[in-house]
Amino acid sequence: MVTRRVIPCLDVRDGRVVKGVRFQGLRDQGDPAALAQSYEAQGADEIVMLDVSATPEGRRTALETVRAIREVLSIPLTVGGGVRSLADARALLEAGADKVSVNTAAFEDPGLLSAIAEGLGRQCAVLALDAARRPEGGFEVLVRSGRQRTGRDAVAWAREAVAAGAGEVLLTSWDRDGTGEGYDLDLLAAVCQAVPVPVIASGGADRPEDLVAAFRAGADAVLAASIFHEGRWTVDRLKEHLAREGIEVRRC
Amino acid sequence: MSSVTGTSGGPREGPAGTVMVVATGVANVASVLAAWRRLGVSARLTRDPAEVLEASHVQLPGVGSFGAAMESLRQDGLDEALRRRMALGRPTLAICVGLQVLAEASEESPGVPGIGVFPGVVRRFPGTVRVPQFGWNAVSLPGGQRPPEAPLAPGHAYFANSYRLAEAPGGWQWAVADHGGPFVAALWRGAVLATQFHPELSGPWGLGVMARFAALPADGRTSW
Repeated sequence: MVTRRVIPCLDVRDGRVVKGVRFQGLRDQGDPAALAQSYEAQGADEIVMLDVSATPEGRRTALETVRAIREVLSIPLTVGGGVRSLADARALLEAGADKVSVNTAAFEDPGLLSAIAEGLGRQCAVLALDAARRPEGGFEVLVRSGRQRTGRDAVAWAREAVAAGAGEVLLTSWDRDGTGEGYDLDLLAAVCQAVPVPVIASGGADRPEDLVAAFRAGADAVLAASIFHEGRWTVDRLKEHLAREGIEVRRC
Repeated sequence: MSSVTGTSGGPREGPAGTVMVVATGVANVASVLAAWRRLGVSARLTRDPAEVLEASHVQLPGVGSFGAAMESLRQDGLDEALRRRMALGRPTLAICVGLQVLAEASEESPGVPGIGVFPGVVRRFPGTVRVPQFGWNAVSLPGGQRPPEAPLAPGHAYFANSYRLAEAPGGWQWAVADHGGPFVAALWRGAVLATQFHPELSGPWGLGVMARFAALPADGRTSW
Protein backbone atom coordinates (compact mmCIF):
# COMPACT_ATOMS: atom_id res chain seq x y z
CA MET A 1 0.00 0.00 0.00
CA VAL A 2 1.13 3.50 -0.71
CA THR A 3 1.75 5.16 2.66
CA ARG A 4 0.07 8.38 3.86
CA ARG A 5 2.26 11.43 3.35
CA VAL A 6 3.32 14.18 5.74
CA ILE A 7 4.28 17.33 3.85
CA PRO A 8 5.89 20.39 5.46
CA CYS A 9 4.93 23.56 3.61
CA LEU A 10 7.30 26.46 3.02
CA ASP A 11 5.57 29.77 2.29
CA VAL A 12 8.39 31.71 0.67
CA ARG A 13 8.68 35.44 0.14
CA ASP A 14 11.84 37.16 -1.11
CA GLY A 15 13.89 34.04 -0.46
CA ARG A 16 12.74 33.52 3.14
CA VAL A 17 10.17 31.21 4.70
CA VAL A 18 7.28 33.14 6.22
CA LYS A 19 3.99 32.16 7.82
CA GLY A 20 0.93 34.15 8.69
CA VAL A 21 -2.64 33.69 9.78
CA ARG A 22 -5.30 33.62 7.03
CA PHE A 23 -2.56 34.50 4.57
CA GLN A 24 -1.84 37.78 6.43
CA GLY A 25 0.69 39.03 8.98
CA LEU A 26 3.72 37.11 7.68
CA ARG A 27 6.54 36.23 10.10
CA ASP A 28 10.09 35.14 9.17
CA GLN A 29 10.69 31.42 9.76
CA GLY A 30 14.08 30.75 8.16
CA ASP A 31 16.08 29.72 5.08
CA PRO A 32 14.03 27.56 2.63
CA ALA A 33 16.80 25.16 1.57
CA ALA A 34 18.03 24.62 5.14
CA LEU A 35 14.49 23.97 6.37
CA ALA A 36 13.70 21.63 3.44
CA GLN A 37 16.88 19.63 4.07
CA SER A 38 16.15 19.39 7.77
CA TYR A 39 12.57 18.19 7.11
CA GLU A 40 13.84 15.51 4.69
CA ALA A 41 16.23 14.26 7.39
CA GLN A 42 13.31 14.12 9.84
CA GLY A 43 11.34 11.89 7.45
CA ALA A 44 9.19 14.33 5.45
CA ASP A 45 7.66 12.59 2.43
CA GLU A 46 7.60 15.63 0.19
CA ILE A 47 8.05 19.41 0.39
CA VAL A 48 5.60 22.01 -0.87
CA MET A 49 6.92 25.50 -1.53
CA LEU A 50 4.41 28.29 -2.11
CA ASP A 51 5.73 31.55 -3.50
CA VAL A 52 3.74 34.20 -1.65
CA SER A 53 5.56 37.18 -3.13
CA ALA A 54 3.43 39.27 -5.41
CA THR A 55 5.94 41.00 -7.65
CA PRO A 56 7.94 40.02 -10.77
CA GLU A 57 11.16 40.43 -8.73
CA GLY A 58 9.76 38.06 -6.14
CA ARG A 59 9.00 35.52 -8.88
CA ARG A 60 12.59 35.55 -10.09
CA THR A 61 13.81 35.12 -6.53
CA ALA A 62 11.43 32.17 -6.20
CA LEU A 63 13.12 30.38 -9.12
CA GLU A 64 16.47 30.86 -7.36
CA THR A 65 14.95 29.45 -4.18
CA VAL A 66 13.66 26.39 -6.06
CA ARG A 67 17.19 25.79 -7.42
CA ALA A 68 18.70 26.11 -3.96
CA ILE A 69 16.19 23.66 -2.46
CA ARG A 70 16.63 21.15 -5.32
CA GLU A 71 20.38 21.10 -4.83
CA VAL A 72 20.00 19.62 -1.33
CA LEU A 73 16.65 17.80 -1.54
CA SER A 74 16.24 14.07 -2.45
CA ILE A 75 12.44 13.93 -2.06
CA PRO A 76 9.68 15.42 -4.25
CA LEU A 77 9.21 19.18 -4.42
CA THR A 78 5.91 20.81 -5.38
CA VAL A 79 6.00 24.52 -6.15
CA GLY A 80 3.10 26.92 -6.51
CA GLY A 81 2.17 30.56 -6.31
CA GLY A 82 1.66 32.88 -9.25
CA VAL A 83 1.78 30.18 -11.95
CA ARG A 84 -0.15 31.69 -14.88
CA SER A 85 0.96 29.67 -17.91
CA LEU A 86 2.53 26.47 -19.20
CA ALA A 87 5.77 28.45 -19.59
CA ASP A 88 5.71 29.38 -15.88
CA ALA A 89 5.20 25.72 -14.99
CA ARG A 90 8.01 24.63 -17.29
CA ALA A 91 10.39 27.21 -15.77
CA LEU A 92 9.67 25.84 -12.29
CA LEU A 93 10.33 22.25 -13.43
CA GLU A 94 13.55 23.33 -15.09
CA ALA A 95 14.60 24.97 -11.82
CA GLY A 96 14.00 21.71 -9.94
CA ALA A 97 10.32 21.35 -9.05
CA ASP A 98 8.72 17.92 -9.63
CA LYS A 99 5.12 19.16 -9.54
CA VAL A 100 3.52 22.55 -10.04
CA SER A 101 0.40 23.77 -8.27
CA VAL A 102 -1.96 26.22 -9.90
CA ASN A 103 -4.76 28.15 -8.27
CA THR A 104 -6.23 31.42 -9.60
CA ALA A 105 -5.06 31.00 -13.19
CA ALA A 106 -6.56 27.49 -13.37
CA PHE A 107 -9.84 28.78 -11.98
CA GLU A 108 -9.95 31.47 -14.65
CA ASP A 109 -8.92 29.00 -17.38
CA PRO A 110 -9.11 25.26 -16.60
CA GLY A 111 -7.34 24.78 -19.95
CA LEU A 112 -4.12 25.61 -18.08
CA LEU A 113 -4.45 22.33 -16.17
CA SER A 114 -5.00 20.48 -19.46
CA ALA A 115 -1.96 22.18 -20.99
CA ILE A 116 0.26 21.24 -18.03
CA ALA A 117 -1.08 17.67 -17.98
CA GLU A 118 -0.49 17.24 -21.70
CA GLY A 119 2.82 19.06 -21.89
CA LEU A 120 4.45 17.92 -18.65
CA GLY A 121 2.34 14.99 -17.48
CA ARG A 122 -0.70 14.76 -15.24
CA GLN A 123 1.62 13.91 -12.32
CA CYS A 124 2.96 17.49 -12.57
CA ALA A 125 -0.45 19.20 -12.45
CA VAL A 126 -1.63 19.96 -8.92
CA LEU A 127 -4.79 21.97 -8.31
CA ALA A 128 -4.42 24.32 -5.33
CA LEU A 129 -7.95 24.91 -4.10
CA ASP A 130 -8.66 27.46 -1.37
CA ALA A 131 -12.16 27.04 0.01
CA ALA A 132 -14.29 28.78 2.65
CA ARG A 133 -17.57 27.87 4.30
CA ARG A 134 -20.67 29.65 3.04
CA PRO A 135 -23.15 30.94 5.63
CA GLU A 136 -25.91 29.06 3.82
CA GLY A 137 -23.92 25.79 3.87
CA GLY A 138 -21.38 24.21 1.57
CA PHE A 139 -18.04 25.63 0.48
CA GLU A 140 -17.01 28.19 -2.08
CA VAL A 141 -13.79 28.69 -4.02
CA LEU A 142 -11.55 31.62 -3.09
CA VAL A 143 -8.89 32.97 -5.45
CA ARG A 144 -6.17 35.63 -5.35
CA SER A 145 -4.69 34.32 -2.07
CA GLY A 146 -8.09 34.24 -0.44
CA ARG A 147 -8.91 37.86 -1.25
CA GLN A 148 -11.65 37.10 -3.77
CA ARG A 149 -14.73 34.99 -3.18
CA THR A 150 -16.00 33.44 -6.40
CA GLY A 151 -19.37 32.02 -5.41
CA ARG A 152 -18.38 28.77 -7.15
CA ASP A 153 -19.02 25.50 -5.30
CA ALA A 154 -15.65 24.08 -4.21
CA VAL A 155 -16.58 20.43 -4.71
CA ALA A 156 -17.90 21.05 -8.22
CA TRP A 157 -14.74 22.96 -9.11
CA ALA A 158 -12.53 20.14 -7.79
CA ARG A 159 -14.40 17.70 -10.06
CA GLU A 160 -14.07 19.95 -13.08
CA ALA A 161 -10.36 20.62 -12.45
CA VAL A 162 -9.58 16.91 -12.20
CA ALA A 163 -11.50 16.26 -15.41
CA ALA A 164 -9.41 19.02 -17.03
CA GLY A 165 -6.11 17.40 -16.02
CA ALA A 166 -5.27 17.91 -12.33
CA GLY A 167 -3.51 14.84 -10.91
CA GLU A 168 -3.76 15.90 -7.28
CA VAL A 169 -5.69 18.42 -5.17
CA LEU A 170 -4.03 20.59 -2.52
CA LEU A 171 -7.08 21.59 -0.50
CA THR A 172 -6.74 24.53 1.89
CA SER A 173 -9.44 25.64 4.28
CA TRP A 174 -9.30 29.43 4.33
CA ASP A 175 -11.33 29.45 7.55
CA ARG A 176 -8.73 27.32 9.33
CA ASP A 177 -5.41 28.35 7.73
CA GLY A 178 -2.92 29.42 10.41
CA THR A 179 -5.51 29.24 13.18
CA GLY A 180 -4.47 25.92 14.70
CA GLU A 181 -8.12 24.86 14.98
CA GLY A 182 -7.60 21.65 13.00
CA TYR A 183 -8.37 20.79 9.38
CA ASP A 184 -11.90 21.37 8.08
CA LEU A 185 -12.93 17.71 8.02
CA ASP A 186 -16.29 18.29 6.31
CA LEU A 187 -14.60 20.07 3.43
CA LEU A 188 -11.96 17.37 3.23
CA ALA A 189 -14.42 14.47 3.20
CA ALA A 190 -16.58 16.17 0.55
CA VAL A 191 -13.66 16.70 -1.86
CA CYS A 192 -12.10 13.27 -1.21
CA GLN A 193 -15.39 11.62 -2.12
CA ALA A 194 -15.82 13.75 -5.23
CA VAL A 195 -12.48 13.11 -6.98
CA PRO A 196 -10.47 9.94 -7.77
CA VAL A 197 -7.05 11.62 -7.40
CA PRO A 198 -5.07 12.09 -4.16
CA VAL A 199 -6.10 14.96 -1.88
CA ILE A 200 -3.70 16.86 0.39
CA ALA A 201 -5.34 18.41 3.47
CA SER A 202 -4.12 21.89 4.37
CA GLY A 203 -4.96 24.67 6.78
CA GLY A 204 -5.37 24.49 10.54
CA ALA A 205 -3.07 21.72 11.78
CA ASP A 206 -1.85 22.26 15.33
CA ARG A 207 -1.83 18.91 17.14
CA PRO A 208 -1.05 15.35 15.97
CA GLU A 209 -4.71 14.52 16.53
CA ASP A 210 -5.56 16.96 13.73
CA LEU A 211 -3.45 14.95 11.26
CA VAL A 212 -4.96 11.65 12.43
CA ALA A 213 -8.45 13.10 11.93
CA ALA A 214 -7.57 14.30 8.41
CA PHE A 215 -6.32 10.85 7.39
CA ARG A 216 -9.45 9.24 8.84
CA ALA A 217 -11.56 11.72 6.84
CA GLY A 218 -9.90 10.41 3.66
CA ALA A 219 -6.82 12.59 3.09
CA ASP A 220 -3.94 10.93 1.25
CA ALA A 221 -1.50 13.49 2.58
CA VAL A 222 -1.43 16.30 5.11
CA LEU A 223 0.27 19.63 4.76
CA ALA A 224 1.43 21.62 7.77
CA ALA A 225 3.68 24.60 8.38
CA SER A 226 3.67 26.23 11.83
CA ILE A 227 3.61 22.90 13.67
CA PHE A 228 7.04 22.17 12.17
CA HIS A 229 8.56 25.66 11.78
CA GLU A 230 7.99 26.52 15.41
CA GLY A 231 9.70 23.28 16.44
CA ARG A 232 6.81 21.95 18.47
CA TRP A 233 6.80 18.70 16.49
CA THR A 234 9.41 17.05 14.30
CA VAL A 235 8.20 14.98 11.36
CA ASP A 236 9.58 11.76 12.82
CA ARG A 237 7.90 12.26 16.22
CA LEU A 238 4.68 13.07 14.45
CA LYS A 239 4.94 9.92 12.30
CA GLU A 240 5.60 7.86 15.41
CA HIS A 241 2.32 9.18 16.77
CA LEU A 242 0.51 8.48 13.48
CA ALA A 243 1.84 4.91 13.37
CA ARG A 244 0.62 4.32 16.94
CA GLU A 245 -2.82 5.47 15.79
CA GLY A 246 -2.78 2.89 13.01
CA ILE A 247 -2.02 5.29 10.15
CA GLU A 248 0.41 3.68 7.69
CA VAL A 249 3.41 5.98 7.24
CA ARG A 250 6.98 5.66 6.01
CA ARG A 251 9.49 5.62 8.87
CA CYS A 252 13.10 6.59 8.24
CA MET B 1 33.74 2.50 -12.09
CA SER B 2 33.45 -0.55 -9.87
CA SER B 3 34.60 1.03 -6.64
CA VAL B 4 31.46 2.86 -5.60
CA THR B 5 29.35 0.75 -3.28
CA GLY B 6 27.74 3.26 -0.95
CA THR B 7 25.52 6.23 -1.57
CA SER B 8 28.36 8.58 -2.33
CA GLY B 9 31.50 8.52 -4.40
CA GLY B 10 34.20 10.89 -5.49
CA PRO B 11 33.90 12.98 -8.62
CA ARG B 12 34.67 11.01 -11.78
CA GLU B 13 36.88 12.14 -14.59
CA GLY B 14 36.56 11.73 -18.34
CA PRO B 15 33.71 10.58 -20.56
CA ALA B 16 33.82 6.97 -19.33
CA GLY B 17 32.65 8.18 -15.93
CA THR B 18 29.80 10.33 -17.18
CA VAL B 19 26.17 9.22 -17.04
CA MET B 20 24.44 10.40 -20.20
CA VAL B 21 20.85 11.39 -19.47
CA VAL B 22 18.52 11.13 -22.47
CA ALA B 23 16.76 14.48 -22.89
CA THR B 24 13.24 13.40 -23.79
CA GLY B 25 11.60 16.60 -22.60
CA VAL B 26 11.72 18.87 -19.64
CA ALA B 27 9.96 16.94 -16.84
CA ASN B 28 12.05 16.67 -13.70
CA VAL B 29 15.46 16.39 -15.35
CA ALA B 30 16.70 19.05 -12.91
CA SER B 31 15.94 16.66 -10.03
CA VAL B 32 17.78 13.83 -11.79
CA LEU B 33 20.89 15.93 -12.48
CA ALA B 34 20.90 17.32 -8.91
CA ALA B 35 20.80 13.74 -7.56
CA TRP B 36 23.83 12.77 -9.66
CA ARG B 37 25.64 15.87 -8.39
CA ARG B 38 24.92 14.90 -4.78
CA LEU B 39 26.40 11.47 -5.53
CA GLY B 40 29.53 13.06 -7.04
CA VAL B 41 28.76 11.36 -10.37
CA SER B 42 29.19 13.49 -13.47
CA ALA B 43 26.09 13.52 -15.70
CA ARG B 44 24.89 15.47 -18.68
CA LEU B 45 21.98 15.59 -21.11
CA THR B 46 22.15 14.24 -24.64
CA ARG B 47 19.94 13.77 -27.71
CA ASP B 48 22.76 12.29 -29.82
CA PRO B 49 21.91 8.68 -30.80
CA ALA B 50 25.62 7.83 -31.20
CA GLU B 51 26.27 8.94 -27.62
CA VAL B 52 23.21 7.06 -26.40
CA LEU B 53 24.52 3.91 -28.09
CA GLU B 54 28.17 4.22 -27.06
CA ALA B 55 28.21 5.93 -23.65
CA SER B 56 29.36 3.81 -20.71
CA HIS B 57 26.19 4.60 -18.73
CA VAL B 58 22.86 5.92 -20.01
CA GLN B 59 19.82 7.01 -18.06
CA LEU B 60 16.33 7.38 -19.52
CA PRO B 61 14.38 9.64 -17.15
CA GLY B 62 10.62 9.51 -16.65
CA VAL B 63 8.66 12.18 -18.44
CA GLY B 64 5.01 12.85 -19.18
CA SER B 65 2.99 10.32 -21.10
CA PHE B 66 3.97 7.09 -22.88
CA GLY B 67 3.05 8.54 -26.26
CA ALA B 68 4.94 11.81 -25.75
CA ALA B 69 8.04 9.96 -24.54
CA MET B 70 8.01 7.59 -27.56
CA GLU B 71 7.47 10.46 -29.99
CA SER B 72 10.45 12.28 -28.52
CA LEU B 73 12.63 9.15 -28.67
CA ARG B 74 11.67 8.33 -32.26
CA GLN B 75 12.43 11.85 -33.53
CA ASP B 76 16.20 11.40 -33.47
CA GLY B 77 16.37 7.60 -33.57
CA LEU B 78 17.01 7.48 -29.83
CA ASP B 79 14.61 4.51 -29.50
CA GLU B 80 16.78 2.42 -31.84
CA ALA B 81 20.00 3.52 -30.09
CA LEU B 82 18.51 2.47 -26.73
CA ARG B 83 17.31 -0.86 -28.13
CA ARG B 84 20.79 -1.63 -29.50
CA ARG B 85 22.72 -0.63 -26.37
CA MET B 86 20.43 -2.76 -24.19
CA ALA B 87 20.84 -5.71 -26.59
CA LEU B 88 24.60 -5.24 -26.17
CA GLY B 89 24.16 -5.35 -22.38
CA ARG B 90 25.43 -1.81 -21.75
CA PRO B 91 24.54 -0.22 -18.39
CA THR B 92 21.16 1.46 -18.83
CA LEU B 93 18.84 2.90 -16.16
CA ALA B 94 15.23 3.65 -17.15
CA ILE B 95 12.93 5.50 -14.75
CA CYS B 96 9.09 5.62 -14.50
CA VAL B 97 7.79 6.19 -18.04
CA GLY B 98 11.33 5.14 -19.03
CA LEU B 99 10.48 1.65 -17.75
CA GLN B 100 7.10 1.69 -19.47
CA VAL B 101 8.44 2.53 -22.95
CA LEU B 102 10.63 -0.59 -22.77
CA ALA B 103 7.38 -2.63 -23.00
CA GLU B 104 5.45 -3.27 -26.20
CA ALA B 105 2.60 -0.82 -25.64
CA SER B 106 0.57 1.07 -23.04
CA GLU B 107 -3.13 1.65 -22.45
CA GLU B 108 -2.16 5.30 -21.95
CA SER B 109 -1.36 5.78 -25.65
CA PRO B 110 -3.22 3.20 -27.76
CA GLY B 111 -1.60 2.45 -31.10
CA VAL B 112 1.83 3.73 -30.09
CA PRO B 113 4.42 0.93 -30.08
CA GLY B 114 7.01 0.92 -27.30
CA ILE B 115 10.69 0.03 -27.72
CA GLY B 116 9.75 -3.60 -27.03
CA VAL B 117 12.79 -4.69 -25.00
CA PHE B 118 10.45 -7.08 -23.22
CA PRO B 119 6.93 -8.35 -23.98
CA GLY B 120 3.93 -6.98 -22.16
CA VAL B 121 1.46 -4.10 -22.13
CA VAL B 122 1.42 -1.35 -19.49
CA ARG B 123 -2.05 -0.91 -18.01
CA ARG B 124 -3.86 1.60 -15.79
CA PHE B 125 -4.21 0.93 -12.06
CA PRO B 126 -7.66 -0.46 -11.15
CA GLY B 127 -10.43 1.99 -10.22
CA THR B 128 -10.45 0.70 -6.63
CA VAL B 129 -7.42 2.84 -5.67
CA ARG B 130 -6.52 6.52 -6.03
CA VAL B 131 -4.93 7.27 -9.39
CA PRO B 132 -2.33 8.64 -9.93
CA GLN B 133 -0.44 6.75 -7.26
CA PHE B 134 1.45 9.52 -5.47
CA GLY B 135 3.72 8.67 -2.60
CA TRP B 136 6.01 6.22 -0.89
CA ASN B 137 5.25 2.56 -1.30
CA ALA B 138 6.98 -0.48 0.21
CA VAL B 139 9.18 -2.29 -2.33
CA SER B 140 10.12 -5.93 -1.76
CA LEU B 141 12.12 -8.50 -3.70
CA PRO B 142 10.22 -11.77 -4.29
CA GLY B 143 13.53 -13.49 -5.10
CA GLY B 144 14.92 -12.55 -1.67
CA GLN B 145 18.13 -11.10 -3.16
CA ARG B 146 20.03 -8.23 -1.57
CA PRO B 147 22.72 -5.87 -2.88
CA PRO B 148 25.27 -6.50 -4.32
CA GLU B 149 23.38 -9.40 -5.97
CA ALA B 150 20.44 -7.04 -6.64
CA PRO B 151 20.42 -3.33 -7.53
CA LEU B 152 18.19 -2.48 -4.58
CA ALA B 153 17.31 -3.50 -1.06
CA PRO B 154 13.75 -3.71 0.28
CA GLY B 155 12.62 -0.23 1.32
CA HIS B 156 10.21 2.61 0.60
CA ALA B 157 10.35 4.26 -2.82
CA TYR B 158 8.56 7.31 -4.22
CA PHE B 159 6.09 6.64 -7.05
CA ALA B 160 4.11 9.03 -9.26
CA ASN B 161 2.25 6.97 -11.86
CA SER B 162 -1.19 6.08 -13.21
CA TYR B 163 -0.05 3.10 -15.31
CA ARG B 164 2.08 0.09 -14.41
CA LEU B 165 3.29 -3.31 -15.54
CA ALA B 166 1.34 -5.89 -13.55
CA GLU B 167 3.69 -8.83 -14.15
CA ALA B 168 7.39 -9.21 -14.77
CA PRO B 169 8.37 -10.56 -18.19
CA GLY B 170 10.18 -13.91 -18.27
CA GLY B 171 13.95 -13.79 -17.87
CA TRP B 172 13.89 -10.59 -15.78
CA GLN B 173 14.33 -10.28 -12.05
CA TRP B 174 12.00 -7.90 -10.33
CA ALA B 175 10.92 -6.00 -7.27
CA VAL B 176 7.25 -5.65 -6.38
CA ALA B 177 4.97 -3.12 -4.68
CA ASP B 178 1.20 -3.07 -4.16
CA HIS B 179 -1.41 -0.53 -5.24
CA GLY B 180 -4.75 -2.24 -5.87
CA GLY B 181 -2.74 -5.45 -6.45
CA PRO B 182 0.92 -6.23 -7.03
CA PHE B 183 2.81 -4.36 -9.74
CA VAL B 184 6.36 -4.21 -11.04
CA ALA B 185 8.37 -1.70 -8.97
CA ALA B 186 11.64 -2.50 -10.75
CA LEU B 187 13.04 -4.92 -13.34
CA TRP B 188 16.60 -5.86 -14.07
CA ARG B 189 18.56 -8.15 -16.34
CA GLY B 190 22.30 -7.91 -16.86
CA ALA B 191 23.23 -4.24 -16.70
CA VAL B 192 19.75 -2.97 -17.62
CA LEU B 193 17.73 -1.63 -14.66
CA ALA B 194 14.25 -0.16 -15.01
CA THR B 195 12.44 1.36 -12.03
CA GLN B 196 8.78 2.40 -11.86
CA PHE B 197 9.69 4.51 -8.82
CA HIS B 198 11.81 7.66 -8.91
CA PRO B 199 15.18 6.87 -7.30
CA GLU B 200 16.15 10.55 -7.57
CA LEU B 201 13.20 11.40 -5.28
CA SER B 202 13.46 8.42 -2.94
CA GLY B 203 15.88 9.87 -0.38
CA PRO B 204 19.12 8.09 0.61
CA TRP B 205 17.56 4.72 -0.35
CA GLY B 206 17.01 5.93 -3.92
CA LEU B 207 20.44 7.52 -4.16
CA GLY B 208 21.83 4.10 -3.21
CA VAL B 209 20.11 2.57 -6.27
CA MET B 210 21.64 5.25 -8.51
CA ALA B 211 25.10 4.79 -6.95
CA ARG B 212 24.98 1.03 -7.56
CA PHE B 213 24.04 1.67 -11.19
CA ALA B 214 26.88 4.19 -11.65
CA ALA B 215 29.29 1.64 -10.16
CA LEU B 216 28.49 -1.00 -12.82
CA PRO B 217 31.45 -1.75 -15.08
CA ALA B 218 31.00 -0.19 -18.51
CA ASP B 219 31.65 -3.45 -20.38
CA GLY B 220 28.32 -4.91 -19.30
CA ARG B 221 29.85 -7.42 -16.88
CA THR B 222 27.65 -7.11 -13.84
CA SER B 223 27.11 -8.62 -10.46
CA TRP B 224 23.30 -8.61 -10.75
